[in-house]
Amino acid sequence: MLKFENVSKVYDDGFKAVDSVSFEIPKGELLVLIGPSGSGKSTTMKMINRMQPHTSGKISINGKDNKSYVASDLRRGIGYVIQQIGLFPHYTIEKNISIVPELNGWSQEKIKPRVNELLELVGLDPKIYAKRYPKELSGGQQQRVGIARALASDPEIILMDEPFSALDPLTREQLQGELISLQKKLNKTIIFVTHDMDEALKMGDRIAIMKDGKLLQLDTPEKLLHEPAHGFVEEFIGKHRIIQNPELMPVIDIMSESVVTSLPQSSPEKAISLIRQRKITDLIIVDESKNLLGIVSAYDVIKKVNDIRTIEELMQPISHILQDTASAKDAIIMMDESPFGLIPIVDEENKVVGLVTRGSLLSALSSQWTETEVEVVAI
Amino acid sequence: MNNLSIWQQLTEQSQMRWREVLEATSVHIQLVFFSMLIAIILGVFLGILVTRVPKLTTLVLGGTGVMQTIPSLALLGFMIPIFGIGVKTAIAALFLYSLLPIARNTYAGISDVDPATREAAKGMGMTSMQILFKVELPLAIPVIMAGIRTAAVINVGNATLAAFIGAGGLGDFIFLGITRGIDGLILLGAIPAALLAIILEVFFSSVERWTTPKGLKV
Repeated sequence: MLKFENVSKVYDDGFKAVDSVSFEIPKGELLVLIGPSGSGKSTTMKMINRMQPHTSGKISINGKDNKSYVASDLRRGIGYVIQQIGLFPHYTIEKNISIVPELNGWSQEKIKPRVNELLELVGLDPKIYAKRYPKELSGGQQQRVGIARALASDPEIILMDEPFSALDPLTREQLQGELISLQKKLNKTIIFVTHDMDEALKMGDRIAIMKDGKLLQLDTPEKLLHEPAHGFVEEFIGKHRIIQNPELMPVIDIMSESVVTSLPQSSPEKAISLIRQRKITDLIIVDESKNLLGIVSAYDVIKKVNDIRTIEELMQPISHILQDTASAKDAIIMMDESPFGLIPIVDEENKVVGLVTRGSLLSALSSQWTETEVEVVAI
Repeated sequence: MNNLSIWQQLTEQSQMRWREVLEATSVHIQLVFFSMLIAIILGVFLGILVTRVPKLTTLVLGGTGVMQTIPSLALLGFMIPIFGIGVKTAIAALFLYSLLPIARNTYAGISDVDPATREAAKGMGMTSMQILFKVELPLAIPVIMAGIRTAAVINVGNATLAAFIGAGGLGDFIFLGITRGIDGLILLGAIPAALLAIILEVFFSSVERWTTPKGLKV
């Protein structure tokens, strides 16, 4: 619905702020533009509502060239939220939110309920806040009004230029969460500029990484982390970012693939020798085609070696299993409840493909520290 | 006559000339009013113009600044070859003298509007005119009013000099008093002129408070 085709922005002095950028954003997507300062991310966003007109290429909204509109008409149809918020200090909150509907010629009878609806949507009680002035509100509350103002005439597209960067970390996190749930409800097309990778990973359906006016990669957060297309992308994301975002790390990355398994009809003596040889505490039981059947604890086998014929008699069902599509975060959470301290990972056919133990989890999570040390030494 | 106390002189003179004083005060007010009216219209316009055409800033603010550095009596003198002697000349000179504070404060008031507020206004789809009338001017009004107040008070003082070029006003009594050496006569012009300046100061101060948007006061 929003399409960039070879869009560039060249200043009069020859500086190329944005260099032939092409991408498409489907309706309802939250696209994060990220990059170091001077990367052209803000400029790229501002070219959409022509706050920064592009010098070549084409930007189309629902197939229509954005240069075919009168600039002010174009902007009235696009929500705009900026870092410095920019509420009108001489207007009440109510009046601030009414600006765009008024510019669009809505009647007062239609505006009033809309303002109340929007205030409630962003978590501000209209009875308390409608008649207040911006100065009487905290920064976080002001930006809530800023978002309500951008939503006022129900635009399809909303541009957000580092909307939460000036807020304190606690408020920032709260508003990020609220914007995500708001987006689920409203399904707007949002272009969100930030320089904060954590924010990008948290908010973005897809993330576009920019540098020196060029678009380096545009992908989902998961893909960016696992298949950075460019050395800079990898560097910019940060090698250890993945550990800080275990929900983005697939469990197959942290599991051990060499799982010690045994058939249920195996003799206890054979099982004991396997346990001793591999120094394990539990044995995963699978059938001939590697389907997960259960678990046998080494302690039980050694204690009851003379009472049983096959280890199947000692086998217990295993309740804590993860699919190979799960994330490392799922494993961390489940590990806490797992009675055996391990979680078998199975594919969609219930075949065992790996095993996450407390040990493998710990070494995966601690790798960020050990790797950091290596880097320090290398410098 | 010189043996009379200043108070006796004043009573005597005012009994003798109260009609003339009223008339002169009216002329004085007219001089101030008309020169201010033109200065406000043109000053605010010039102030707005230079925020829109930055190239003109030096020319306009520098030009009006030069006017202000010319001694007021000299400026009145410069006007005589153009407008001759009389009220027109006085109004022209007083107007030029009031232009700078108003134009400068209009420019400053609009320039001081938070760029974020202006960007938000533009980004929401306001036209340049809508930004001016709905955002910039309402926010600049207190500063503009302060400029008008300064100009008006200076103007009342300068208008006493209009008597020199035959435009009348309260200055007539002051100069008459000086040339004749009658202190009471000087006061007959000086007291109403001073009162007029104080009244204008108080008046414009309250207008300034009254026009300051509520959201800026909280």
